[in-house]
Amino acid sequence: MAATTTRPADRAGIVRRGFRVLGMGIRLQPRSFAVAVGGAALYGAMTVASAVVLGRVTDGVIVAAFAAGEVPRAALAAGSAAIVGVAVAKALGIILRRTGATYMQARLEALFRRRVTEQYQRLPLAWHQRRSTGSLLSNANADVESMWWPIAPLPFALGVLVMLAITGAALVTTDLALTGVALLVGPALGVLNWRYNRRIKGPATRAQQLRADVSGVAHESFDAALVVKTLGRERAETARFRRESERLRDELVQMGRIRALYEPLLDALPHAGVLLIVVVGSWRVATGALSAGELVTFAYLFTLLAFPLRLFGFLLSELPRAVVGWDRVRTVLDADEALPDGEGGIDGDHPARVDVLSLAFTYPAQGRAPAGRGLRDVTFSAAPGRTIALVGATGAGKSTVANLLVRLADPDAGTVAIDRRDVRGVARAALAQHVGVVFQQSFLFDASVRDNVTLGEPYDDDAVAAALRLAQAWDFVSALPEGLDTVVGERGTSLSGGQRQRLALARALVRRPRLLILDDATSSVDAAVEAAILRGLQEAALPSTVVVIAYRRATIALADEIVFIADGAVRARGSHEHLLAAEPAYARLVSAHDSRAEP
Amino acid sequence: MTGRREPVTAAGAWNTLVRGFKLSPELRRGLGVTLLLAMIATGGKVVVPVALQVTFDRGLLTPAGVQPDVIIRYCLAAVAVLAGAAVAGYFMNRRLVEATETALSNLRVRTFRHIHDLSQAHHDAEHRGSLVSRVTADVDTISRFMQWGGILLVVNLGQLVLATAVMAVYSWQLTLVVVVTIAPLVAVLRWFQQRLSVAYDLVRARVGDMLTAVSESVMGAAVIRAYGIEDRTNRRVRTTVDRYFEAQYRAGRLSAFMFSSGEVFAAVALAAALALGVVLGTGGQVTEGQLVAFMFLITLFVGPVQVATEVLDQAQTAIAGWRRVLDVLDTPADVADPALRADGGRDIPPGPLGVRFEGVRFAYPVRGRPHERGPAVLRDVSVTIAPQSRVAVVGETGSGKSTFAKLLTRLADPTQGTIRLNGAALSDVRFDSLRERVIMVPQDDVLFDTTILGNARLARADLSREQAQLAFTELGLRDWLDALPEGLDTPVGERGEHLSVGERQLVALARAYVANPDLLVLDEATSAVDPATEVRLQRALEGLTRGRTALAIAHRLSTAEAADEVLVFDQGRLVQRGHHRDLVARPGVYRDLHASWSARQTAPAQVGAQAHVAR
Repeated sequence: MAATTTRPADRAGIVRRGFRVLGMGIRLQPRSFAVAVGGAALYGAMTVASAVVLGRVTDGVIVAAFAAGEVPRAALAAGSAAIVGVAVAKALGIILRRTGATYMQARLEALFRRRVTEQYQRLPLAWHQRRSTGSLLSNANADVESMWWPIAPLPFALGVLVMLAITGAALVTTDLALTGVALLVGPALGVLNWRYNRRIKGPATRAQQLRADVSGVAHESFDAALVVKTLGRERAETARFRRESERLRDELVQMGRIRALYEPLLDALPHAGVLLIVVVGSWRVATGALSAGELVTFAYLFTLLAFPLRLFGFLLSELPRAVVGWDRVRTVLDADEALPDGEGGIDGDHPARVDVLSLAFTYPAQGRAPAGRGLRDVTFSAAPGRTIALVGATGAGKSTVANLLVRLADPDAGTVAIDRRDVRGVARAALAQHVGVVFQQSFLFDASVRDNVTLGEPYDDDAVAAALRLAQAWDFVSALPEGLDTVVGERGTSLSGGQRQRLALARALVRRPRLLILDDATSSVDAAVEAAILRGLQEAALPSTVVVIAYRRATIALADEIVFIADGAVRARGSHEHLLAAEPAYARLVSAHDSRAEP
Repeated sequence: MTGRREPVTAAGAWNTLVRGFKLSPELRRGLGVTLLLAMIATGGKVVVPVALQVTFDRGLLTPAGVQPDVIIRYCLAAVAVLAGAAVAGYFMNRRLVEATETALSNLRVRTFRHIHDLSQAHHDAEHRGSLVSRVTADVDTISRFMQWGGILLVVNLGQLVLATAVMAVYSWQLTLVVVVTIAPLVAVLRWFQQRLSVAYDLVRARVGDMLTAVSESVMGAAVIRAYGIEDRTNRRVRTTVDRYFEAQYRAGRLSAFMFSSGEVFAAVALAAALALGVVLGTGGQVTEGQLVAFMFLITLFVGPVQVATEVLDQAQTAIAGWRRVLDVLDTPADVADPALRADGGRDIPPGPLGVRFEGVRFAYPVRGRPHERGPAVLRDVSVTIAPQSRVAVVGETGSGKSTFAKLLTRLADPTQGTIRLNGAALSDVRFDSLRERVIMVPQDDVLFDTTILGNARLARADLSREQAQLAFTELGLRDWLDALPEGLDTPVGERGEHLSVGERQLVALARAYVANPDLLVLDEATSAVDPATEVRLQRALEGLTRGRTALAIAHRLSTAEAADEVLVFDQGRLVQRGHHRDLVARPGVYRDLHASWSARQTAPAQVGAQAHVAR
């Protein structure tokens, strides 16, 4: 769509920037580019050669044979050999060109996919949270693809230049009248083709967008199939889908009409050129300026050149796509947000001490998500081996505290210290080694159960089994078809939400962390199973200080101390009984749940 | 799109085409004219070689020397033919595009509607993605084929036939040589094509692997950072990127060789035709012009062979896509709207709603074999629910309590027995009447990607802002609504993901409230929601069920306790019914359920207390 609305000056700029992207590709893949261009040049030269051979054969074999009335054996053999030889060389040219170009394009794509995805790992979580999974996927896949889309036809286009140069030289040296014809038809073809590509671009882009819209409506509607059905919305939904589908149809028909106009013209123009060459050429043959064979050569060249000429139009019209792709990829590669890694360690095998002092944190406003839900002033400490519960209503800031504890982000103000060391000064690897966290949304990798628990660290099966037992996951894991080797995750066997949470818990427990953070980590687990998990944690004598965020009373009851958070600040601290008595808001929050759970 | 390339047999493809054309009359309308135009358009392709032949024989290489006027006359005639062909080409393209895109859009919409009438869509979450591709990717494949491949195929086959015909007119011996020389190319191209489709399948599979790995690295960002496994993640992603590269390169190399093969075959055919032509020519059997024309015609002959192999492969994909779409349309809708029947169905008699189940039995169809049924999940259920009573349905997972609700809202029909609403058989009730009077609120209600108001309006299109606000107020949700950044205009995000599970249910309850049904069927949420939301949910339910018949699939003890009546299901049978205090007093399924429930609710607190003491 951008291409249709930009002014000519912008367009020139975009073409220039497009060539810059292509230049970068050439610098990064000089060897495969050279192979491809060499192949294309060979192909171009051989295309011209095949026409020349045909002309020579017409003069030296056909015309001669008919004139003499006998077969000129030597000339025929030479002519046939030349025809086949040139074709073999041409085929070689095609193979080199295509192989080189494919290699170059695929290699560049792979290179940039690596750069983009490695950058994803380098950038902090906050950067990720501002973007949807879909857009990050498309940066790594579709955008990289469009960035290098026009590089594949580039060698071919350069080969066509060789072809044009040789043809031009041959024309000029052979006959100026035919040169005139070529100068008339060639540019006409170029202009027509360029206009075609320009005109189709808008509808093509819009159709692409509309396809996505159609798919979006279908996705949403089928996802909500039950709602659609129970509210009797089938007809309304069908009408909505029909509107999108018909908009897409109109755009596709629009595209088809443009194509219907230009394709036959682009087909006919070279043919008309050949006929013009025949007329003008015949006159030149009559005056003796040209041989019949030379006429055949140029007529043949014209039929051969028609398609490659169209390639230029294609290349030019696709350049903006490369620029758009590059711009998107660059926003990822140029992002310089980072949480600088610390250097210190927090060694030891005793439960950690946690000190949180005056934390403040604001989420930047972004997109349509509400801004600001963050922390104003949070201070609390956990002595080694103690269990602290963070309690508060949705949006009070509990999960933000959890994220700051494991340094997924740095606070705007205040400090988080583990064993009296500011986490900003601790090496990330050390932090990961000693602090285990289980998130609200349990995330499993598309890998085996074992892999999901160990995450590649060399824990033996006994350790894994012990962690799974503690997380109350052993029973269902051992019942899985391949036990620890069963592949789970997105596309694997379907685990229930509670089962996923238990695997995520085992992942933290197998590390025997000195600080364990449970962010609403058992919300989908059955109450009875949760009780068993909590009982297990109590009895396991882990070397852990525990920070737990939960709604269920049973989970809260596990804590030595409760930190009650409201509106981003600590409202009160103390034992459950103390808070019940002293803090009406706390009492309301917890007893709301109580009244239903324990009538 | 795994398994994209199921083998398509010739007979199967033909059947699909016949059925497809039958279902889309727009495709057939005026097809004859379009094909005629295609034939004329093809004429433009052979006009140049023929003009060359005539020019050479009658204007250029005549005994009387060059005849400019003859040449100009022939060339002008040729230009006229070219122009005619171009005009025919224009109309052919237009007609084809308009007919196919209209047909396909209608097919898309029809399939969409049919999918909503199938139970698959709501039974089976993993099926949904593939249902979406029925109305998107699959129809797109057909569209793309019709627009590019279809036209190319028609024009190229025409060109092939025409070129062969012209060649045969000039000399059958030369034509035979050309055909025999080029015939092996067909085999060679097929061979390449088969390997190429395998190679491209691999490319697609590798893209899939790569996207999975990348999306994992992105969606798992928090876990990856918290556990410090960035390097390991990078290695995993890099492996899939490199494997994708290898597959791409492999396919590219293969196609490079495939594309070059045509050149060599054409040259051999040319050389052979030249040798034979010269021999025949000296014997007076072909003219010089004909021989020259042959050299051009051979190009016209090889091109279509190459294009056709490629397009036929594309056609296979398109036909497979078409078949998948038709298969969906051929699946009978589980539940048909009685309004579509000859008698037009009936409405539910007015007044508060009473429900009767009479000897109801239900078994799910066996997957993949729609006419077979599996074991019964509900048997011999006969029960009457009084108007305006609150009923809780309880039972363990798999007891049949969800199926009971499903049958009541007519998401499926019983395999035996009848369900009556105010005496009217459910299977006779028009959907309009049913959906107006009976509303179900599912466990995790999926919201549409619009505002809260927009979601409420799904239940009643003419709902005003004031009415919406009033609804929230009456349900005791005004404080919650006002705390949202933009109140009624707060966007809920894709599938409602900007809201928590509990909050999504709040919106769903409000939506049910404005729909104002006489019978409310509620599937309680199983997962824990935060206490404040829990309280609001409770309050809203209270308001929502007042004055209506309400049936809740209860996952919580408290719901059953508050109900007028409890229905207890066990292994597909209704085993007990009555009030909580009566049921809990006598031995039976309910008392057991209740006991284990109570144990679960109190046990953890004791554990916590013990631990406390132990320290």
